[in-house]
Amino acid sequence: MENLVNIFIKSIFIDNMIFAYFLGMCSYLAVSKTVKTSTGLGLAVIFVLGFTVPVDYLIENYILKAGALTWLSPTLADVDLSFLSFIMFIAVIASMVQLVEMVVEKFAPSLYNSLGIFLPLIAVNCAILGGSLFMQEREYTSIAEATSFGLGSGVGWFLAIVGIAAIREKIRYSNVPAPLRGLGITFIITGLMGIAFMSFMGIKL
Amino acid sequence: MKEREPLFSTKNLNLLRDPLNDSNPITVQVLGICSALAVTVKLKPSVVLAISVVAVMAVSNVVISLLRKSIPPRIRIIVQLTVIATMVILVDEILQAFAYDVSKQLSVFVGLIITNCIIMGRLEAFAMANKPWPAFLDGIGNAAGYGVILIIVAFFRELLGSGTIWDYPLFEKLGIFSIGYVNNGLMILPPMALITVGIIIWVQRARNKKLIEDK
Repeated sequence: MENLVNIFIKSIFIDNMIFAYFLGMCSYLAVSKTVKTSTGLGLAVIFVLGFTVPVDYLIENYILKAGALTWLSPTLADVDLSFLSFIMFIAVIASMVQLVEMVVEKFAPSLYNSLGIFLPLIAVNCAILGGSLFMQEREYTSIAEATSFGLGSGVGWFLAIVGIAAIREKIRYSNVPAPLRGLGITFIITGLMGIAFMSFMGIKL
Repeated sequence: MKEREPLFSTKNLNLLRDPLNDSNPITVQVLGICSALAVTVKLKPSVVLAISVVAVMAVSNVVISLLRKSIPPRIRIIVQLTVIATMVILVDEILQAFAYDVSKQLSVFVGLIITNCIIMGRLEAFAMANKPWPAFLDGIGNAAGYGVILIIVAFFRELLGSGTIWDYPLFEKLGIFSIGYVNNGLMILPPMALITVGIIIWVQRARNKKLIEDK
């Protein structure tokens, strides 16, 4: 249990998707103009990451990994399908996003309308595929660990996008040099936030 | 854009040239930043990633452009992702076979070419509506524009952060360390990549006034 909390906290603060790995930067920069839409997108990302990472974990460990198919028949012990992992993961993500979209449309139409185009765009958000690939690389040992990693990464992404959106709402009133306006200053602020987040790196978990 | 014209007409050449400056994928279109920044600590992985992106992008642009009339619009995203993913798997296998240490350094970022928005973005915006040859040029141009930024960022981060260029200890050979110069450790850390790109944008927009954003 303690281990799960550790992974959760670590993936929010120390291995933050945005500040440590720059994953999901595209939608992070494009959508972070207002706090309201950022909150919606952030929640959707938490949701999708929390689902896809464990599903991809199961696929990885029961279908793709070398010798993972032994539960079907012992003769398959030397089958290694891991080269298929990119295609499998992206297919899971695309279908999961489709599913989330249908569920949200059915049960929360107002949220669906406010998210608009951003919901389908989550499929190509690097943070989602990155979550699955990191899960594969770090070799988590149980599905609970994978889930807590997925949720934690989502929460970290959520915090980052809401933070930058709040700053961008305020900075509209400041006198930024003309060539830096918009994109440039956003990059630099993100860098400074990243430096701030680095103070968590010293924490040993 | 235009169809039925000589192979290297001005229009076609502009497809190659524009993404290097006026419509650079990273600094102007804001596409493909995700994988761009984390690998730029050293020049070598950045160059390898840039070449991989050029290859993936040129081929998938051509493939999608050839298929553009037969792809049903409703499932086009899945089709595009499958084409890209296939190409990326090829690149990944080649890297693991011939450049294993670089492939280890790039870790998940080769896989992340799949979700690199620049590829999806160009497929959607250009290849779905144009013939294979312009699509090919557009792919090369945009991937090169992406690669150029990647290499500039990596150049400064490696030089100032580790004092080396392509693993060659430049500063040590020049004897700069002996007069009291110290490597800037901050440049190796992730946040500095963002700030470096921010400064590149600043320089580019200061020189190219029409890119400045409205308040």
